[in-house]
Amino acid sequence: MGTLGSLRRRAVATAAAVGALALVVGCGGSDDSATGGGKKDGKVTITMGMYGVMGIKETGLLEQYEKENPNVDIKAEIAGDEQTYYTALQTRLAAGKGLKDIQGIEIGRAKEITETQADKFADFSKVEGTDHFLPWKESQISTKDGKVLGLGTDIGPMAVCYRKDYFEKAGLPTDREEVAKLWAGDWNKYVEVGRTFKKGFKDGDVAYMDAASGLFNAMVYGYPEQYYDENGELIYETNPAVKEAWNLSADAAEEGLTAKLRQFQPGWDPGLANGTFATAVCPAWMLSHISEKAGDANKGKWDVAKAPKGANWGGSFLGVVEQSPVKEEAKKLVAWLTAPEQQAHIFKEIGNIPSSRTALDSPEVKNAKSEYFSGAPIGQIFGAAAQEIPDKQVLGRKDGTIKDTFSQGLALIEQGDATREEAWKTTGERIEKAVG
Amino acid sequence: MATSTTKALAGGEPPRPSPRSGGGDTPRRRGALWHRLDIKGAPYAFVAPFFIIFAAFSFYPLIYTSWISLHDVELATLDVMEWVAFDNYVELWGDSRFWNALQNTITIGVISTVPQLMMALGMAHLLNYRMRASLFFRVASLVPYATSVAAAALVFTMIFERDFGMINWALGSVGIDPVNWESDKWPAQIAISTIVIWRWTGYNALLYLAAMQAIPADRYEAASLDGASRWQQFIHVTVPGIRSTIVFTIVLSTIGATQLFGEPLIFGQGPNGVTGGADNQYQTLGLLLYEEGWKNYQMGRSATVAWAMFMLLVLVFVVQRVVKRLRSRTS
Repeated sequence: MGTLGSLRRRAVATAAAVGALALVVGCGGSDDSATGGGKKDGKVTITMGMYGVMGIKETGLLEQYEKENPNVDIKAEIAGDEQTYYTALQTRLAAGKGLKDIQGIEIGRAKEITETQADKFADFSKVEGTDHFLPWKESQISTKDGKVLGLGTDIGPMAVCYRKDYFEKAGLPTDREEVAKLWAGDWNKYVEVGRTFKKGFKDGDVAYMDAASGLFNAMVYGYPEQYYDENGELIYETNPAVKEAWNLSADAAEEGLTAKLRQFQPGWDPGLANGTFATAVCPAWMLSHISEKAGDANKGKWDVAKAPKGANWGGSFLGVVEQSPVKEEAKKLVAWLTAPEQQAHIFKEIGNIPSSRTALDSPEVKNAKSEYFSGAPIGQIFGAAAQEIPDKQVLGRKDGTIKDTFSQGLALIEQGDATREEAWKTTGERIEKAVG
Repeated sequence: MATSTTKALAGGEPPRPSPRSGGGDTPRRRGALWHRLDIKGAPYAFVAPFFIIFAAFSFYPLIYTSWISLHDVELATLDVMEWVAFDNYVELWGDSRFWNALQNTITIGVISTVPQLMMALGMAHLLNYRMRASLFFRVASLVPYATSVAAAALVFTMIFERDFGMINWALGSVGIDPVNWESDKWPAQIAISTIVIWRWTGYNALLYLAAMQAIPADRYEAASLDGASRWQQFIHVTVPGIRSTIVFTIVLSTIGATQLFGEPLIFGQGPNGVTGGADNQYQTLGLLLYEEGWKNYQMGRSATVAWAMFMLLVLVFVVQRVVKRLRSRTS
């Protein structure tokens, strides 16, 4: 839904619609403090609001912290879908009620938070032992006057996931090194391989890639500036990076190289299970989704190769709200949760790539291999991809919405509803509306 | 958003106490005052809870929504409101998305309401026959109504899925090319209508059935004595006999169709649900309201759509009254 990283986090699509109401309605309550956290009889209660699979609760880190700090009691609430979560968070920030001590912030929302809600979040710039993050990660959640509103959890470096068996049938190499060589350094080559694939693959109805929007995102996110420039001005119309990505994705759509699916939407999952496409541009966090949905039947058929260019798709932060009665304790918890050891732990358990440099360099991460993906050295592949991510990444307030709008524009071309010029024009009109 | 169309269904006027000539001394007069207060005031006290709740949860939101619709407001900063007078309305009038959504609302409304009420009528007629296990069939016909929108819509979404859905599989087995139910305009609208029809037909059928059972049996006897066939009896006795119920269901379905929201939202799933398809091919007014408010976070424009929907219903109501007035005058 909303933003990039959130896509992985939608468990059930419908829960969004229904949950939205429940969340908006269900805020407030009869808590003693504004956030539900507080100190009582020497015991500290800290509340957390998160979304999707951030891996913090799922991998048992909260229990571990409670065990190490017996006086701390953590209550975590997790919304399935980030769009729903963020809508509720905005309402609560506006009302000053119903917030948790610790709130998750998705990368697509980071700019909006730093621009409009900075005074409602506590500052991390003076918290010690937090200098282990990738430099661009921290700058994304910092305000202009140097306030740091949160600490990073994961990032989304990208690679290309592909079906070895289909590549073989199409007469392409199957070894991940050789496959990576086919498209090294240029997304155009990735599409070129697709043309070869289409010609070579005679065995049934299999598309080269899942969706044109996946390619578009991968290309756009490889540049420091995407839809906004540093001054917060919209530049998507003139940004050559966007235009280039649009044109190549439109080529792929028009030439029938895509399965015309929508990532993370119905049709995509059965597509994975039944193998209706041969490649998907995959951020690290997508691997767990693919292995789950494609299932045991396809184990060992998938592999991971280096993407033509490094790019970042998704990632999150944890922030502490200013009005929390246990601000210092909450900050301490956040610092612990995002420390290198814990990030490496989450990576090992569910594959989210650490945003901590130290964790990325740790042997645990570097030597990790994925059994499902034919033993691919995912620690190395994604670690290297993380190094290639541009050091500066300019975020914009409506990044998530604009990305979704472009995806729909490409869908118009895929479905044959519009030519690429018409679709571009429609997309522009919709973005004008969306940014207000 | 305040689009609720709750109507105060207050009953007839309370019976007036018979006027009594003034009493003599004070205690008696006070007693009479209490008595009068009791008789005149009590009815208001009894209906008050409804109006208080109505005021708090319907009327106040309605007024506040209209206030918001005259401003430029974002969800994140609700306290920052910029006065723009009727700009939002002017903009909406010139917005092709609004006319597209209006058109979709009407077409989906028609292709869901008309078959739905026809089928309900036929079903009620069948249920009205003496038959075995009639209670079972009556309860069964109400089950879809008791199913949640989300569950029903989700299941139908899977059935209508392009690559691995049941319907395309069935079509494929008789040699028909798969239909792209989500991304093509008419298939999508038909699929959504199917969900609506499935949920509401049984409910309407039971309403019709109740009305049919109130028709005196001697009318049918008289009709059959005159040699009317079953079909003629249905047309000339049953349908006129339940006319007021038919009008009632039409009114309810129209209101329901105007506010259609959950089915297309879930049918589209994710971003496509919010915008009613990549091409807005099944975006209803309810979805447009949601898109403006909860995707674009523009509360002012969202409130404007809400009011436009409300005024449309008022317009339909007025037109209907005028037509009725004119017809009764000509007859």
